[in-house]
Amino acid sequence: MWSGVGDFLAMGGYAPWVWGSYGVFAVLLILEAVLLARRRRQVRDRLTRRLRRERADQVREVREA
Amino acid sequence: MFRKIPWFKFSSPPNFYWLADRLTPWLWGGAAILGIMGLYVGFFVAPPDYQQGDSYRIMFIHVPTAWMGMFIYLLIALYSVIFLTWRIKMADVMAIALAPTGALMTFLSLWTGALWGAPTWGTYWVWDARLTSTLILLFLYLGYMALHAAVDDREKGARAASLLALVGVVNVPIIYFSVEWWHSLHQGMSVTLTDAPSMAASMFAAMLLMTGACWLYSAAIALRRAQVEALEREAGNPWVQDELLGAEEGGDAATAAEASGDLQREVRS
Repeated sequence: MWSGVGDFLAMGGYAPWVWGSYGVFAVLLILEAVLLARRRRQVRDRLTRRLRRERADQVREVREA
Repeated sequence: MFRKIPWFKFSSPPNFYWLADRLTPWLWGGAAILGIMGLYVGFFVAPPDYQQGDSYRIMFIHVPTAWMGMFIYLLIALYSVIFLTWRIKMADVMAIALAPTGALMTFLSLWTGALWGAPTWGTYWVWDARLTSTLILLFLYLGYMALHAAVDDREKGARAASLLALVGVVNVPIIYFSVEWWHSLHQGMSVTLTDAPSMAASMFAAMLLMTGACWLYSAAIALRRAQVEALEREAGNPWVQDELLGAEEGGDAATAAEASGDLQREVRS
């Protein structure tokens, strides 16, 4: 159907519209997934630190008692 | 295998978390496979349109994102009803987890629609029924998220946002039927439940594959976001401790409690 890579990229003269659509589509979906993975890691790290601190406090309280 | 899974139990956060962990890899994988197949059929099998040339290939992401924008909103409304009626907190977690992805899909349908409109209609935007009601859908998503976050008392904010989601649901049939109810620059429905699609089979196949990919992507993202949301809300609960500390200490909260009991006895003697 396409006579080569250049022909494919030209998209029958509609390159800006087609690639502008697919480009933004791909970038935003990947960005959403990456940002969510980062937020997940941050939340897990923050909660893990807090839980560890609380548990250490408990152990200290018990030792001091 | 499916019968053994107690589905009704998944309204409890720890069971939900467990299930989401097991589902998301399959959803990601499925989305990737369907997406690659959809792009292949869309760009290398489907022929150029006899009127629009290759610009119509925008349809393979325009229609799926528009469908997902409406479908996710309906899901949010459904979860809102469940939350308001039975006060099941995971229903609110699912609703708020879906909202950013629904907003993104709606934005993408407007964006791809504008870039498709420019070469075909000669304009990026017209204030006609289909486009305007879709823009309102985007604002409904943003309003829902803003209201959910704005009120300090999470329960109150969630209830107010759920009500907004329910009121706004009338907009979805307006979007869907707008091309039949009003004269519009936007073309009519090419795909309906009753008639055969008015396009070549390969074009239809590419659109369905991309719809499947967007659906699985949205499901994976929403489950992941709901997991994070549940972790934050349930931070003080034993299951979160098991989830976060369980692995590194080689045991669950029960063994940790046992260990601290041992420690107490040790200290006392």
